[in-house]
Amino acid sequence: MLELVHLQVLSAALFSIGLYGVLARRSAVLVLISIELMLNAVNVNLIGLGAFADRPAESRVFGQILAIFVITISAAELGLAFAIILKLFRSRGSVNTDELNLMKW
Amino acid sequence: MTIQLLAFYAAAAVAIVGAMGVVLVPNVVVAGILLLATLLAIAGVFLVVFAEFLALTQVLIYGGAVTIVTLFAIMLTRTGELRVHLDNRQKPLAALVALGAFVLLSAAFLASEIPTRAAATSVATVGSAGGSTGFEYLGEALFTRWAVPFEIASLVLLVALIGAVILTRNGTPRDRA
Repeated sequence: MLELVHLQVLSAALFSIGLYGVLARRSAVLVLISIELMLNAVNVNLIGLGAFADRPAESRVFGQILAIFVITISAAELGLAFAIILKLFRSRGSVNTDELNLMKW
Repeated sequence: MTIQLLAFYAAAAVAIVGAMGVVLVPNVVVAGILLLATLLAIAGVFLVVFAEFLALTQVLIYGGAVTIVTLFAIMLTRTGELRVHLDNRQKPLAALVALGAFVLLSAAFLASEIPTRAAATSVATVGSAGGSTGFEYLGEALFTRWAVPFEIASLVLLVALIGAVILTRNGTPRDRA
């Protein structure tokens, strides 16, 4: 039988894989893709809790509503982040995170 | 072994293998395509636990928009041209941290004692007097109790959109005037 723990472990796995990507990748585009993976892991967790938590229906719908807000914010974040990356590529010719030391002191 | 569990395992396997591919493959375009596969598999997981609206949203926004934008960003920034240097030096440390995070999170989830139902149920099957679907229930909650956050979210999207357009314009506004 499918249980909440199954979804939570899947969520933990996706989150850790995304974390590895954020830490190990050099290109800012690939770092952003990994962040999208982490956000999706959070959504899996939220929806799993919404579907399984032993609560009245009024509060169980919150899981899905929070997931909708996560999707909205991540779409906004993605658009802005890619705009910044494009701008960066035009001015510096590279989007590698270890070469972006403009604000280093 | 129910059909629900089988469907979940299939979708979860595709999601995890795809996600590993996204962070490990040396070709960035392949990474973008694998991201699409992962996100669609996650939509499958949503369907298994009766979150139909979220599954559709996932396919539309992540499967459609996010993947296309990502592929455009990969092409416009020529990320794939230096394949040898795609990963940085702290790779072993990153693997260690990610593994630690997975073990810690899984242990926390296994130890948690959240009261749960025996089976996943759609939000529509409880509390409403029949004839109502998950869509109706979700829409009612979103536009009554959550109406103000919903409107704020739309404002955030608008501001982000305008900000992205202004950021990517060439030169300063004075040059164009």
